[in-house]
Amino acid sequence: MMEAVIIGVGLHPFGRFPGKPAMEMGTEAVRMALADAGVTWPQIQGGYVGSYEVANPDAIVGGLGLTGVPLRGVFNGCATAGTAVALAARAIETGEHDLTIAIGMDKHPRGAFAADPSVAGIPSWYGQTGLFLTTHFFGMKINRYMHDHGISHETLARVASKNFGNAAGNDKAWRRTPLSVEEILASPVLNYPLRQYMYCGPDEGAAALVLCRADQAHKYTSTPVRVRATALRSRRLGAFEVQSPSFPVGEPTPSPTVDASRAAYESAGIGPEDVDVAQLQDTDAGSEIIHMAENGLCKDGDQERLIAEGATEIGGRLPVNSDGGLLGNGEPIGASGLRQIHEIVLQLRGTAGSRQIPGTPRVGYTHLYGAPGVSAVTILST
Amino acid sequence: MTTQKPVTEGLFTTEPRLIGSECTACGEVAFPATAFCVRCGGDASKERLLADRGTLWTFTTQNFRPPSPPYDGPESFEPYSVGYVELPGELLVEARLTEPDPAKLAIGQDIRLTLVPYRVDDDGTEVLTFAFAPVEEEV
Repeated sequence: MMEAVIIGVGLHPFGRFPGKPAMEMGTEAVRMALADAGVTWPQIQGGYVGSYEVANPDAIVGGLGLTGVPLRGVFNGCATAGTAVALAARAIETGEHDLTIAIGMDKHPRGAFAADPSVAGIPSWYGQTGLFLTTHFFGMKINRYMHDHGISHETLARVASKNFGNAAGNDKAWRRTPLSVEEILASPVLNYPLRQYMYCGPDEGAAALVLCRADQAHKYTSTPVRVRATALRSRRLGAFEVQSPSFPVGEPTPSPTVDASRAAYESAGIGPEDVDVAQLQDTDAGSEIIHMAENGLCKDGDQERLIAEGATEIGGRLPVNSDGGLLGNGEPIGASGLRQIHEIVLQLRGTAGSRQIPGTPRVGYTHLYGAPGVSAVTILST
Repeated sequence: MTTQKPVTEGLFTTEPRLIGSECTACGEVAFPATAFCVRCGGDASKERLLADRGTLWTFTTQNFRPPSPPYDGPESFEPYSVGYVELPGELLVEARLTEPDPAKLAIGQDIRLTLVPYRVDDDGTEVLTFAFAPVEEEV
């Protein structure tokens, strides 16, 4: 099977861009990725484009060139971008295309996501009575996790402070004002134990990746980034997942993150001990803490010590969310996972500027989690 | 006399008890009641009234008014709590909690089912939903 490598990345800044359609941001991200790869749009043989808000994301060809290229729209909740890159890589691995693109873009209104529960297969009363909030799940999951594994409120605040601090050094991030642990702990509680500055917000942005066959990479770049594994899993019965009116008794089943992570490590032949830099879904500070363990990067409960020691900071043993993560960048759903990979590519190329992690990172890891219990993992290496 | 009505039919009885279902093939308990079984894929079930007491498995608070729609509670928002309650041998159910103060909630505490008016319609009708309340210490 042919291996896929990333030869170009493009990232439109994340934030608020009044009057600018998502499609325009997506087009700019594609042009940046093409320029980075040194290819032109007519050379692209196929691709996958993800969005939550854009009705026909494949219509982006209208701003790039009507070449007849097969461009397929994909959506998998917050794992949408993981799906786009997985399918783009798969098209190369199976020999369908030599040069593909993965694109993500979105433009969400302000505030928490609101939707009719019926679109999630959930009865109306669940929304009417105030239970249909994804933020409840994150509050409840970390509350239970803190109880079981001795995680403190201060550790939650340290994670948020780290990510806002990392975002401060990223000119494409949305939230670039550093916040201290004290300031974060002083912000209002939204869903106990999570406070205002411990949550990410929906926003706007776009990203794109150009991929090609590994044996042709030398034509375009001297620093290809290998796609070692992509894996996506949905929830199994017994897992404690977002938007669940009930779930079975007994020891909870591992989350889809655990399943996707294990599958990705096995497929890559790479273990968690080999990961040099990671991007984990930090919808909230608690999620980053839980996802460190669910992705095999530490044992349950070790986060308390690791985070106090600074292990997940840019100069630490395992930097997590070096570009500010979702907390610093916000979440345009379709683009979020491609933004994560963009950061890993810069880190593995050694071109991340002021936020470049020390040494010579060789293995990068990205992870997405979203409703209604879906997770996507990508393992990349030099 | 105040008129009351449930947020929807088939969710709970007036006793009160939650109306769940039990798969006739594998016995899997579900809430809300469903004919389809997520364990065995069966498509036949019978009604099962769930236990009205359990323990609090986890909880959080809701300190801002949820997006509306779908939320149709009062405009004048009062923070509330939600949690998962373990009904032993049956399932864990997500519900509103009557105690809004997280300092008065604890994982593992005993808790019992009740009905609460979460909204009052223009004609004065109270719309009821189910909630769990901490069980007071026996004196």
